[in-house]
Amino acid sequence: MSTQMDMVPVKPTTAIVGEPETDRRPGRSVWLRMLVNDRVAAAAAAVLGLVFLTAIFGPMLVGDMATHIDLDNSNQAPFTLAHGWANVLGTDPLGRSMLGRLIVACRTTLSVAIPAVVISAVVGSMIGMWAGFYRGWRETVAMRVADVIMSFPSLLLAVVVLYVFSPSAANIVAVLAITRIPVYLRTARAESAELSSRVFVDAARTFGASGSSIITRHVLPIVLPTLLTVATLDFCYVMLAESSLSFLGIGIQPPEVSWGLMVSQGRTYLHTAWWLSFFPGVAIVITTVSATILAAWARIAGDPSQRWRLTVPQKRLSRFTKTGKAI
Amino acid sequence: MTAVAEPVPAERTDSDPALRVEGLTVDIRTISGTVRAVDHVTFAAHRGETLALLGESGCGKSMTATALVGLLEPVAEVVEGTARLADVDILSADRATRRKLAGPELAIVFQDALTALNPLYTVGTQLAEPFRIHHGMKAKDAQRKAVELMARVGIPQPQDRMKSYPHQFSGGMRQRLLIAMAVALNPRVLIADEPTTALDVTVQAQIMALLRDLRAEYQMALVLITHDLALVAEEADRVAVMYAGTIVETGLVAEVFAAPLHPYTKGLLDSVPVNAVRGAELKSIGGSPPDLHSIPQGCVYQARCPLAREVCRTTRPALQAVGARRKSACHFPEEVKSA
Amino acid sequence: MFPFVRRRMYTSALPLVIVLLGVFLLARLTGDPTNLYLPESATEAQRTAFAQKNGFDQPILTQLVDYFKGVLHFDFGTSLRTGESASEMALRAFPATLQLAATTMVLAIVGAVIIGCWAAYRPNSLADRFSSLLSMTAASIPDFWFAITGVWLFAVLLGVLPTSGTDSALSWILPIATLMIRPLGVLTQVVRGAIVSALSAPYVRLARSKGASDFRVVSHHALRNAAAPALTVAGDLAVGLINGAVVVEAIFGWPGIGKLMIDAILQRDFAVLQAAVLLTAVSIFVLNIAIDACYALLDARVREPAKV
Repeated sequence: MSTQMDMVPVKPTTAIVGEPETDRRPGRSVWLRMLVNDRVAAAAAAVLGLVFLTAIFGPMLVGDMATHIDLDNSNQAPFTLAHGWANVLGTDPLGRSMLGRLIVACRTTLSVAIPAVVISAVVGSMIGMWAGFYRGWRETVAMRVADVIMSFPSLLLAVVVLYVFSPSAANIVAVLAITRIPVYLRTARAESAELSSRVFVDAARTFGASGSSIITRHVLPIVLPTLLTVATLDFCYVMLAESSLSFLGIGIQPPEVSWGLMVSQGRTYLHTAWWLSFFPGVAIVITTVSATILAAWARIAGDPSQRWRLTVPQKRLSRFTKTGKAI
Repeated sequence: MTAVAEPVPAERTDSDPALRVEGLTVDIRTISGTVRAVDHVTFAAHRGETLALLGESGCGKSMTATALVGLLEPVAEVVEGTARLADVDILSADRATRRKLAGPELAIVFQDALTALNPLYTVGTQLAEPFRIHHGMKAKDAQRKAVELMARVGIPQPQDRMKSYPHQFSGGMRQRLLIAMAVALNPRVLIADEPTTALDVTVQAQIMALLRDLRAEYQMALVLITHDLALVAEEADRVAVMYAGTIVETGLVAEVFAAPLHPYTKGLLDSVPVNAVRGAELKSIGGSPPDLHSIPQGCVYQARCPLAREVCRTTRPALQAVGARRKSACHFPEEVKSA
Repeated sequence: MFPFVRRRMYTSALPLVIVLLGVFLLARLTGDPTNLYLPESATEAQRTAFAQKNGFDQPILTQLVDYFKGVLHFDFGTSLRTGESASEMALRAFPATLQLAATTMVLAIVGAVIIGCWAAYRPNSLADRFSSLLSMTAASIPDFWFAITGVWLFAVLLGVLPTSGTDSALSWILPIATLMIRPLGVLTQVVRGAIVSALSAPYVRLARSKGASDFRVVSHHALRNAAAPALTVAGDLAVGLINGAVVVEAIFGWPGIGKLMIDAILQRDFAVLQAAVLLTAVSIFVLNIAIDACYALLDARVREPAKV
């Protein structure tokens, strides 16, 4: 098999015994190069990083800015420094700084979204990889369970469950995690099933490797990029779900604050204080759009046969595919 | 060696070729730099004759074909060269012109018939497509022509099978369908890219017989891309041997196979285990094809050539005429037979 | 075709049964179900009477059988709030949601196909990247925020659209726009991606070698092959439309099943909630069958029983 050319590499179909495809994947510097090459994705990554940093360090820095009630300053408009830099984004009916509340809400929102994503990713992937690897009844049962969960709109599920058990951060995380498990389960199962029929798995078995060690050492590293992409996109979805639940009143409850809750609280003041609902929404949009962009980039970067798109300078790429000689 | 095709009369090789390719060069952009996959390839194909493009996997012969048909992947680009077909240089023509030529003048048969056919449309629809596109035929008329076409390529009960889907045919039948679509509009030049590689031996023979018939009937120039020496010996009139993206030797098949003028060709021919004695060592060409990222200066074959000398390392030999009807890209073609 | 549909009905029935079972168990496993059905102010005597009337004091298996009997007659009891039959309320509210959802889905699919095809036609061009950015933004927007901003912009500030109600044709615009924005964004990306990858398939190469025009390649060859993944996503989105409908109806006061559910939640009216939830589950079940039927129509290989 002569493969001198790296041209549009197809997913490797012949495997050398004992040598997983991880050797063929680019090192970290190539990933970084691909990210920087795509300016939009790089910007998205930077924004997301900023959001995470705000969630971690923000509340510490703003102190009690978010909870300090100042009725003299209630419902002040934004974009003026007349009431101090803390109120540059305006204040709410209780005179609390919007900026401060936004920052604290960032932590709450993320502290629901991230655990939900992590739990569903870990549980869903593990079950999926296990089911896909062994096939047979395990696969059927797992897929049936996934189908059942997926066939029902998550919001409805959450609504009903939170009706019966009252809403609390832990319950919300649990409900969101459960509704998202099928996404990881399906992806992990599909990849795992495809890999389990490869030669290197049989080879590993002849060395006496057990199923679980094959899964952890061979299947997991290959499936990981796809799962990370799915997780990034899913983070988006979970954030929006939590916001919707809080908006409807069955998510985060006051005095805690999340972006969704802030939008809902600002609804009655739409005529007089538009910024109360507007800014929290903008915060959500910025975070979710960045996550979506990054996920789209990661999908291309993680697929060996599409990767070339990210290594060609942007301008050259469009020249190839416009009407012309190349195609 | 198996029987060789009848040699083509000398005058034919000088008459106006149906397809004349000169200096075709294709570069590919990869993660680790630009690679020259096809390097100044020059050949000519004449009507009623089969030209074989012979070489091992990865030597650039398929890429030459895709470049000619204008179906290169976006990472690949034709950087130099001309290809004259019907008085048009197809490499520099605009898309509309190329589209008009695709089918009536230039056609290609791909290697893998199952994926090449659209799985969601019936075979009848797909066969009727060339007629609808180029002759603007109504559906009924195009369908009728499709049935004729299927009969011509030897598919039994064509009328019944018009409504079948590609996955309901066997491999050999699918290849016939591909051939049918390619010859639908009597093209001047037909490129067949490894048409029989995916088929078993008996079907191979049938498919090649079909191609031969069609070639004679439509007086097509058939360009046969293959790595199979036996196939070349049986079916081709002339051959162009490719190595690492360049053409290293051309000539009549009978003459080239009897007395090769390039060490690579000789190496290929020697490695065919005819008259091999059990227990004896099989001959092979030592080493492996060069990494296209780092093609050496000078001759591409120098690393594996028993005749390699100083000049081979510094100067790349051009494809030059040796005698009346043959060309070789070697500095020492006359020494090859004793190598 | 029909045996295929029949087969799919059997497999799709399972989620429906599980949802039914789930609601049943949820109500009973979390304590006395009377707490869910009766207002908090109900007296002890009222509770006992209610429990007896509805058989909550029976062994659980009897309750299960009664429950499924009731489901088959679509009888879930009466609403706490209005005293009407819960199922009647649900059935009355359903068409409003259906109209909203169907219109939205049609518009989203048509829009996505047009924009997706156009963008895939010249991939990585400025137009394509711009429309990708737009569709990614659209897919990430929280619908409730979009609705509120829309209301503020068009109803409060500009006064061109009503804030709620279903009276005029204009009052459809904001709800549909809100409901449509995420599906449109997601579907556009999917259609574009599917067409781009269909365009690099061998059969497209073949079509081009026959001289097919770009338009024919995209609309005839690529689109049909892109339909399957797009259909899958459209199906998931349709299910998610229920989520969106809940929010949209709550904001715009649209008298659909979503609003019914939220009101039922806020007023602790479990009978109505149950009826609405189960009606939704049935419609999802029907939707899944319809989608599978579409797959079969598109791709002949699906119609045949699975062979190795």
